[in-house]
Amino acid sequence: MANSFKTELQGVRFGLDTGFTWLARASAMVPVVLLVAIGWVIGQQAWPAMQAFGLSFLWGQDWDVGAALFGALPYIYGTLVSAAIALLLAVPVGLSVAILTTESFLPTWVREPVAFLVELIAAIPSVIVGLWGIFVLIPFLMPMQTWLFDHWRWVPLFSTEPYGPGMLTAGVILAIMILPTLAALGRDVLLALPPELRMAAMAVGATRWETIAHVNLPAASAGILGAVTLGLGRALGETMAVTMVIGNSPQISASLLDLGYTIPAVLANQFAEAVDELHLGALMYLALVLFLLTLAVNVVAVLMVRAVGMQTP
Amino acid sequence: MTKASQFPPFDAEPKAPQLRQSSGFPAQSPPQRQIFSVGMTGLAFLLGGVALLPLGAILAEIVRQGLAHFSGEVLVSLPAPVGMTGVANGFANAILGTLIMVGIAALLSIPLGVIAAVFLTEFGQDMRLLQVIRFMVVVLSGVPSIVVGVFVYGMIVLATKQFSALAGSVALAVIMLPIIILATESALNLVPLSQRMAAAALGANRMQTTLWVVITAALPGITTGVLLAIARAAGETAPLIFTALFSQNWPEGLNSPTPSLSVLIYNYANSPFIEQNDMAWTAALVLLGLVLTINILARLVMRHRIPLR
Repeated sequence: MANSFKTELQGVRFGLDTGFTWLARASAMVPVVLLVAIGWVIGQQAWPAMQAFGLSFLWGQDWDVGAALFGALPYIYGTLVSAAIALLLAVPVGLSVAILTTESFLPTWVREPVAFLVELIAAIPSVIVGLWGIFVLIPFLMPMQTWLFDHWRWVPLFSTEPYGPGMLTAGVILAIMILPTLAALGRDVLLALPPELRMAAMAVGATRWETIAHVNLPAASAGILGAVTLGLGRALGETMAVTMVIGNSPQISASLLDLGYTIPAVLANQFAEAVDELHLGALMYLALVLFLLTLAVNVVAVLMVRAVGMQTP
Repeated sequence: MTKASQFPPFDAEPKAPQLRQSSGFPAQSPPQRQIFSVGMTGLAFLLGGVALLPLGAILAEIVRQGLAHFSGEVLVSLPAPVGMTGVANGFANAILGTLIMVGIAALLSIPLGVIAAVFLTEFGQDMRLLQVIRFMVVVLSGVPSIVVGVFVYGMIVLATKQFSALAGSVALAVIMLPIIILATESALNLVPLSQRMAAAALGANRMQTTLWVVITAALPGITTGVLLAIARAAGETAPLIFTALFSQNWPEGLNSPTPSLSVLIYNYANSPFIEQNDMAWTAALVLLGLVLTINILARLVMRHRIPLR
């Protein structure tokens, strides 16, 4: 009796265990399936536009819903340029934060809260950063933009009259939003450096900044580059804050003070109202371009960060 | 070759300056080196200060502008039509909509994410497969949220021909899933192997070991990851604007357009009416309070973790 009870219990337990293992296996496949499904569903919806425009969609410059004429270049241009401005601004600042919070300039009880506060920026919802961008940052940057236009208008970068919103404002907003990524990952990479490097540099007479510039940063360069690439991925896909401050005008202008448009912004603005099949298809095509672009950037970034992880024990 | 021959002899006096020249530390005069040191320190502190500026400015502005129009009324009333005075104005429907959609997204993504992480740390044996899955999860976490919105639009909204709370919830769940998997995985990895062995020695099978020993021990870490994912989902706008859309009324079930705090802020921020702009700040105060509270709570849970080793 006791024996049979025991085996029965074990049978139930065995079945449960096997079931649980299979459940876990199936769940682990979900992210893989999702990633493939994202590409497939968007690609399928984009098919009408792909047939109509082919690859020339990528360098077409017109976007006319009424005439059913769609080209992606102004959006791709805006996405890349605003992300580039963001990187130019955020990399030095992010590196400074990473250095300040890993070196012993400040006592630990100051360093850690500072690192925490910078990371807290990442927690602020993007739509709130956008709200702040519209009502605080744009008025704040306006005098600087006017000054740039007044004194430097012979430089193509500043050759148009500033509106307030525009490419430069979007770049600044993006820089703020990717700063935590750069600071946190840069800090991780610098902390992972073996202390012997610093000791050796100091032992041959290098000052602190000579150690940082000639030893620490070169040794951490692969990881820092990975962090920058991850930041780039974030900047390319950032939607709400950019939509609210870039001006949403599909044009290619050399001037950073001019209005612009990005792929995420046009998706946010036009998607809910798109009824025409080709219009919807063109938007889906844009989404596919954005998906593949960020996918490529993120894959490179992950591989780079991983390569560093292999080097450091 | 003997080892000693790799080092210069001790009396290599004339060679020493050349070695310094080529070693990456140019022999500079002390004033230059001092200027470099002081200058770089100053620059680093300046840029570090610049980094903290936006956070301070955003928080200060939201508290200032948000509190100006804040009252208990906004938390319980529906949006009033523009131009009407003397009517209770608020965004209670948006708060409820956000809670409903984040709640459903959490119900979908937490069990799935935790069990997927269990497979990655406990059950998976094929190392290549595990690496591929882990890689895919990291890549999925980098997919822009607007692309997730487009995906759910193509999958659910086009199929059901309706904007719905359900579509919004699925979009938020897709965004939460990789965050939960990665956080749970690192929490499970911290549980010492000896605990699993002890459980197995007592006759527990893999399910029992995982559920009652490993997950229990890793619970603070998992909670942190789940809370961070919830905070992230609560603030997301891009995946909601064309899946859940918006509505001026109370949420009417899962199959109809549903308002959310983040979309309300977006709509009101772009509104030409100053009352709606003001209300956007108040809603931002509520949303930011919610998100930051969950975030700080998440970090506190982690800090007061019972030491595992």
